[in-house]
Amino acid sequence: MEILTWTYLLVGLSFALYIGIAIWSRAGSTKEFYVAGGGVSPLANGMATAADWMSAASFISMAGIISFAGYDGSVYLMGWTGGYVLLALLLAPYLRKFGKFTVPDFVGDRYYSKTAKVVAVICALFISFTYVAGQMRGVGIVFSRYLEVPIEWGVVIGMCIVFFYAVLGGMKGITYTQVAQYCVLIFAYMVPAIFVSMQLTGNPIPQLGLGGAVADGTPLLDKLDGVLTELGFAAYTSGRKSITDMFMITLALMVGTAGLPHVIVRFFTVPRVKDARLSAGYALVFIAILYTTAPAIAAFGIFNTIESTSEKNISELPAWVSTWQKTNLISVDDKNGDGKVQYVADSDANELSIDRDIMVLASPEIAELPNWVVGLVAAGAMAAALSTAAGLLLVISTSVSRDLFKTFRPEISEKKELRIARIAAAGAVVLAGYFGVNPPGFVAQVVAFAFGLAAASFFPVIIMGIFSSRINKEGAIAGMLSGLIFTLAYIIYFKFISPEFNTSDHWWFGVSPEGIGSIGMLINFVVCVLVSRVTPAPPQDVQDMIQEIRIPRGAGKAVDH
Amino acid sequence: MAQDPGKMKAYWKKNLKTLFFLLLVWFVVSFGFGILLVEELNTIRLGGYKLGFWFAQQGSIYAFVVLIFIYVYRMNKLDKEFDVDEE
Repeated sequence: MEILTWTYLLVGLSFALYIGIAIWSRAGSTKEFYVAGGGVSPLANGMATAADWMSAASFISMAGIISFAGYDGSVYLMGWTGGYVLLALLLAPYLRKFGKFTVPDFVGDRYYSKTAKVVAVICALFISFTYVAGQMRGVGIVFSRYLEVPIEWGVVIGMCIVFFYAVLGGMKGITYTQVAQYCVLIFAYMVPAIFVSMQLTGNPIPQLGLGGAVADGTPLLDKLDGVLTELGFAAYTSGRKSITDMFMITLALMVGTAGLPHVIVRFFTVPRVKDARLSAGYALVFIAILYTTAPAIAAFGIFNTIESTSEKNISELPAWVSTWQKTNLISVDDKNGDGKVQYVADSDANELSIDRDIMVLASPEIAELPNWVVGLVAAGAMAAALSTAAGLLLVISTSVSRDLFKTFRPEISEKKELRIARIAAAGAVVLAGYFGVNPPGFVAQVVAFAFGLAAASFFPVIIMGIFSSRINKEGAIAGMLSGLIFTLAYIIYFKFISPEFNTSDHWWFGVSPEGIGSIGMLINFVVCVLVSRVTPAPPQDVQDMIQEIRIPRGAGKAVDH
Repeated sequence: MAQDPGKMKAYWKKNLKTLFFLLLVWFVVSFGFGILLVEELNTIRLGGYKLGFWFAQQGSIYAFVVLIFIYVYRMNKLDKEFDVDEE
């Protein structure tokens, strides 16, 4: 069968599955809508968290970034997984014991202040929106390449699907749909990786294949280092970023991961505190399967690409080059007119340019795998983008209905609250779709900064809220605002106001805008502690609550106020 | 919940000690081996890998997984010991 037929078949089947699950597990109450009734098993929750977390960026872009960045790409691998250690050890069990529905709920109660809560809601909305707009764009790109429809239509189709199950099913629907989506996406990611690893190194496990040897007996990574330095690039296994910058970016991504509202909220859905700890462990196992495969796909991808194109006659290039040329993601320009492709570091002489986003999507074609594998990767990429989009929409709708509406209008009925949540989700879908169709140029750049902002705003006040009983509302509000404003200002200055200064010479202490969230976090911590010292201690009932959340017994179900 | 405050203090102290130890390992395998000491470790080889590169791209992730499960095991034991576990 043709690639297109396989794609329609596999994408169609997986969508039918998601919608079926959404109908089967429809939410009937606010509690089911927000936290799936609080009865999800840790294993299922771990899978759902993994799907929720791994977005189009993880599935499509990460391996591609590593392909071209080599060792420097490690910041994403360590950063996006190391955050789960912080989550499991420092946040999940205590927030579960606290037992409300959202992060702003916690901030509002712990810091006995509506102002603190509203600041938290604004942070949550901002982070979620920048993120979800990027996902919708990802859905559009995948649809347009595989279903051969315009990107706009791709976005609209994606909107309809997400709308259907996020709005109808709430957290309950999303949880079980995400379990299915995890299975689809991990299968789709692993199949081509296993095939390629077999072809290149004879080892079916990609994680080990990366350390394996190619046909002539030299280790793959050494061979890659050699080929790249010969062409004028830096060696694959050595870094170009400064140690300070590597450190700061990794830290910002780790802390940001632990502060992302759509990930934290998942730990409210399990029955007990010990399940919250365990499900963070399961989540990381499921994530690690993909994250340890990604560096293998990255190295195989760049190796295969160079082998099959560099110094080859343009007329004899493999078929995938022309397929992807149609989407403008690959371009070949014979500058010196010798009829051969020169792939070199010098941009004046280089004749091949490759968009890094195609490394995963094109990997089955590059390795000449059967057509059904190509269709499978399309279905997996969809699953990754849609599951994250749905999780984020839920955070947005909960923030609006619960953290904003119910805080100021506590008398509204549960039925009405649920209706507001659904309307908010619908509104968010439309807005995200709009940004997917008309992407403001900054969306792609801003997604990475959502982490910096989460690191600089949420993380310190949640940690301090649990581990210190002296931090008060004045400290928390001042901390969140100073961390957030500093980080935003630094990013906006270097990315939008004076992008020409965005080089290591002008950065403060050599920290790039990607890593500045780490400094923002430190500022937040320091301001938080200092301001709390000179203002009165929190009231006794809040101090009692802090003691209470430190003890696992008596968690009960996540409760309404 | 009527719990003995002295006992709870001891529970919390042991909890913090566990956290400190685990986070120390977390820091060493990622920031230590993967970033700060990467050049030195790269002179050692692990099969087809340079050791520092391996820690940065795979080893630290395996260590993270193990750390969380040690935490789960240790805390469950601690909860029982101090009689604050859940049924």
